[in-house]
Amino acid sequence: MPHGLLRGKAWKFGDNINTDLISPAQYMEMNYEEIGRHAMEGVMPGFSDRICKGDFIVAGENFGSGSSRETAQIALKYAGVGGVIAKSFARIFFRNSINTGLPVLELEEINKIEQGDELEVDLGAGIIKNLSKNESYVVPPLPANVKELVEAGGLIPYLRAKHKK
Amino acid sequence: MGMTLTEKILAAAAGKEKVTPGEIVSVKVDVAMMDDILGPRIEIAERLEELGAKIWDPEKVVVISDHYTPPATIRQADIVKFTREWARSCGIRRYHEYEGACHQILAEKGYIRPGMIAVGTDSHTCMGGAVGAFATGIGSTDMLGVLVTGEIWLKVPASIKVFWVGKLGPGVMAKDIILKTCGIIGHAGATYRAVEFVGPAIKELPMDERWCIANMAVEMGAKNGIIEADAITDAFLEALGLDKGKHFSSDPDAVYVREISLDASQLEPQVACPPAVDKVCPVNEVAGEKINQAYVGSCTGGRINDLMMVARILRGRKVAKDTRLLVSPASREVYQRALKAGFLETIADAGGVILAPTCGACVGAHSGLLAGGERCISSTNRNFVGRMGSPQAEIYLASPATVAASALEGRIADPRPYLEG
Ligand code: SF4
Repeated sequence: MPHGLLRGKAWKFGDNINTDLISPAQYMEMNYEEIGRHAMEGVMPGFSDRICKGDFIVAGENFGSGSSRETAQIALKYAGVGGVIAKSFARIFFRNSINTGLPVLELEEINKIEQGDELEVDLGAGIIKNLSKNESYVVPPLPANVKELVEAGGLIPYLRAKHKK
Repeated sequence: MGMTLTEKILAAAAGKEKVTPGEIVSVKVDVAMMDDILGPRIEIAERLEELGAKIWDPEKVVVISDHYTPPATIRQADIVKFTREWARSCGIRRYHEYEGACHQILAEKGYIRPGMIAVGTDSHTCMGGAVGAFATGIGSTDMLGVLVTGEIWLKVPASIKVFWVGKLGPGVMAKDIILKTCGIIGHAGATYRAVEFVGPAIKELPMDERWCIANMAVEMGAKNGIIEADAITDAFLEALGLDKGKHFSSDPDAVYVREISLDASQLEPQVACPPAVDKVCPVNEVAGEKINQAYVGSCTGGRINDLMMVARILRGRKVAKDTRLLVSPASREVYQRALKAGFLETIADAGGVILAPTCGACVGAHSGLLAGGERCISSTNRNFVGRMGSPQAEIYLASPATVAASALEGRIADPRPYLEG
């Protein structure tokens, strides 16, 4: 997960946005760009055309439930999503996001964020600023071992450091 | 304080006396499974090369082309070819294609045995827990880590105990047990948890039915589902010419975060209504809803016991007009056994269409996708929007028996009357 400040608009979704909605199976045989073009198509057709690079998905509970497909992370990244803020995440999705460097933040008060709100996220400090409303929200810190992985820049850089001869 | 079955397996694999929920451990992996759709092609083959790393132990790796076999498009065919060639180039001998759903292959080849740690690039890898192993689904990047190091870090999950007493009535199946459980726990109710199934109703189930239960643990968000190995597990492995593996069992004073007790003898056939696997009700509450397609298949509901039940219900009867029944045996071996036992003939005589053993329609990739506005009743494990084709289609989940009875009526139907007399 990259450090520093991220900025983008909020795109709001409900609870239980599962991986079949994020990355429909019908497009999984295509290349990454095309997978990205169909991101979130199951809930919002045309999503990837409507968002600007860096925008955030703000969702309810259990985001990313279902399959272990990392095409979900690929779809979101190639669509230009800057990160996902949700009330809670499904286990495999959360882990895959950490591993692949897609910023994921758990936030209890997601209802305070409205569609289109301008957000600024400080990943290091764990603070989400809602610029449209002049509010900020604190995100609970990651468990120590996960933080370690994040600080290494994800699993691949970690492995690279360990195994490249 | 004692340990649960899951905790004991993780402790052994981590080389520790004891582990407690929430603790992070690094465990040695016994089986690493990749499929075609999410395996080598997604971030694995390329990254492995980039790292200049070798697979830690090709004998512990299984690669299975199942989602895209037989391929419906050139792209799918290319992916299968890529997967096959990659497996060969890595010296992986356990490569299977056109043989059926990956989890079923792991099961029937005996690749997964009691006490093992199994990971796979597919969320239903948790099915392997049915033999008293720790099995869980992981993403491609995590798999890359496993392939390089032979290990994976895991947070020890707290366990939920689901206790089933009683005995299932005729026409009620393991699928009804797991649907009912999903309805109670909810689709996220077991997130980060192990779900352990115990009790006399579970002990009585043959392996075929146990797989179905562990398979759907992930539908409650669980990390793993697990059933203690016993004499039935031993007999299953013995028939494959394999040893018993390592049996573990939960201590009497093991700690659970939640315990649920249910009675199988009171259980009616269950149906999960669209679009969530925990929108579960007894079949009679939705009986009469018109359907276009009835689907029997997948690693959840396409084993020999399932096809036997379907054949029993269909024998001498016909699938309703304007309704299609599609049957995809869970594997080539299941196909062959069902063929020899006459089940496939009975299904075909009733008007059912027998498909290749494949993930196909279960994942909405090929072989029976749904059109907008269509409704399907299926013995698979997910009824998410768009799972089996159009986002405008609706999917009901039920046991193979309920699917077969519904095919006969063209409407959702209770299978029990078809088994009387
Ligand atoms: S049969 Fe369905 S659930 Fe099983 S592995 Fe294939 S796609 Fe997944």
